[in-house]
Amino acid sequence: MGFIEFLFTRNQMVLRLLLEHIWLVLFAIIIAIIVGVFLGLISAYYPIISKIILPFTQITMTVPSIALMGILIPLVGIGMINAIICLVVYSLLSIVRNTYTGIKEIPEEYIEAARGMGMTKRWILFKIKLPLALPVIIAGVRTSIVMIIGIGAIMSYIGVGGLGDLIFRGIARTSRNMILTGAIFVSILSIVTDFFFGKLENYFVKKTS
Amino acid sequence: MIRIKNLTKIYPGAEIPAVDNLNLEIGEGETCVLVGPSGCGKTTTLKMINKLIIPTEGTILIDGENVLKVDPIELRRNIGYVIQEIGLFPHMTIFENIATVSNELNWPKDKIKDRVYELMELMDLDPEIYRNRRPSDLSGGQRQRVGVARAMAANPPVMLMDEPFGAVDPITRGRLQDEFLNLQEKLKKTIIFVTHDINEALKMGTKIAVMRGGKLVQYTSPDGLLAQPENEFVEDLIGGDSTLKRLHLVLAKEVMKNPLYVARDSDSIADIKAKIGDKPKSKIYVTDSENTLMGYLPYAQLKREGSINSLIQPVKAKIADYTRLSEALSEMLSVGNSMICVVDDDNNFKGVISLQDILDTAKSESEIHS
Ligand SMILES: Nc1ncnc2c1ncn2[C@@H]1O[C@H](COP(=O)(O)OP(=O)(O)OP(=O)(O)O)[C@@H](O)[C@H]1O
Ligand SMILES: [Mg+2]
Repeated sequence: MGFIEFLFTRNQMVLRLLLEHIWLVLFAIIIAIIVGVFLGLISAYYPIISKIILPFTQITMTVPSIALMGILIPLVGIGMINAIICLVVYSLLSIVRNTYTGIKEIPEEYIEAARGMGMTKRWILFKIKLPLALPVIIAGVRTSIVMIIGIGAIMSYIGVGGLGDLIFRGIARTSRNMILTGAIFVSILSIVTDFFFGKLENYFVKKTS
Repeated sequence: MIRIKNLTKIYPGAEIPAVDNLNLEIGEGETCVLVGPSGCGKTTTLKMINKLIIPTEGTILIDGENVLKVDPIELRRNIGYVIQEIGLFPHMTIFENIATVSNELNWPKDKIKDRVYELMELMDLDPEIYRNRRPSDLSGGQRQRVGVARAMAANPPVMLMDEPFGAVDPITRGRLQDEFLNLQEKLKKTIIFVTHDINEALKMGTKIAVMRGGKLVQYTSPDGLLAQPENEFVEDLIGGDSTLKRLHLVLAKEVMKNPLYVARDSDSIADIKAKIGDKPKSKIYVTDSENTLMGYLPYAQLKREGSINSLIQPVKAKIADYTRLSEALSEMLSVGNSMICVVDDDNNFKGVISLQDILDTAKSESEIHS
């Protein structure tokens, strides 16, 4: 059976796995954004905490994803929770770091002007700092999401479905078509996502300069 | 009134104070200009007034209240602050920038809009054109106007202005200064204005505080500074031509005189002749019934008969009543007239100034002080 023919006969299944993959990544990135932006902000506001958080997110990145999955099994078992934790951990570094630098790199004059006008700390955060740091934060999210689309494929190993299923099953059955389909769709998903976030980033860069 | 007592700031790790035992009193409605070379502590002084910097020692009282005891947010909302770097928020439109404080004060939407439009018009920025623009789409001069408008949004009684017209070319700067002086005449705010340009200080200030190395060198009126510089440092700061500079402090309306005779455009030549007799005059100024300056009649034309309407010539040498004598003088020199007309904003004829009047002013000003 040729590759194209394979795609046509299995299109239902491929579509289902693609959607599963998207949901998994989306769910993980949303949690990662909430946690990551929060940690990035705390780091930017409290230098002492940043000395713990920043190296910590860096170290977790160096743990191989398979190993992290394994470490988590005794704690949360296999399945969705395990996968989400893994993906969130890998997303954190870029988001935390970019939130931190995005806030830190805002020229002092804007903060000074805001403070001089009697803006409260909360207003300065929500009306000045976060909007000005947004392009940098989005760049961090972009790096993370593209990365976990790839890592997400490995997560199929612990039974969460997604495009990785095609690859693992393909390997087990030595079906070249299956492996190829899985690989190609993971790539396409990465490229499309990267393109979309690139546009988003550009839009906000223009809005803040 | 603002009273600064024994104010000192030593930055952490610094050996010498940035501001050293400063004492100043600024009356209601006055413009106090802090002037001095770069690094002499002007910005540091300003920022202590709105508590962006906490003094090492000393007190600042605004209307008798110690600013150190006032909630900083509350304090700053009553003090307009124009920062040295302008600092317009790049992600907001001009409208949003100016509306920042009133938004935070939760003013109703239409009150905010009215206020922002009012300020934009005051600053000569057409709201319909500029309200949705971003700071990056404005010229330097326009940005500085927005910076000033933003600081004035909640109508604070006190304004701190750190080189508000610093980043523009001399011509634009001159215009911004004139506009602001006009505005201040109406608003009568208490202003502390920072500059390192002595000419700007002389022009804008009712009081001038010369600073050097964090210390106050001299605190007096612009005229007093020119007449009696405290020491060589102040003399150097002023520069040589202090008589000419003094002309810069006097406004046209302060020395203008009533012209000897003013004709109405409804007069006939016979009427005019009857009134002035045969005494030769070089020019007869003509106004309409509302005192608007129409032009002048050369004396030689009076030989004719009938209505004067067709004989009226436009006046070339004409200045606004708030023009400085130095500018009046240069206008006279460039037009080549020894007499110049003074009008107000509505072109109403207010008076005339002769070259002799200017010379007399320069002389008397220097006599008073020597
Ligand atoms: N945050 C700071 N920390 C340490 N030193 C500072 C700080 N800000 C200013 N200084 C120092 O304090 C002195 C006074 O600075 P300040 O900014 O008040 O000067 P200025 O008169 O406003 O100068 P300019 O005309 O250049 O704006 C300078 O020597 C400066 O280096
Ligand atoms: Mg300064």
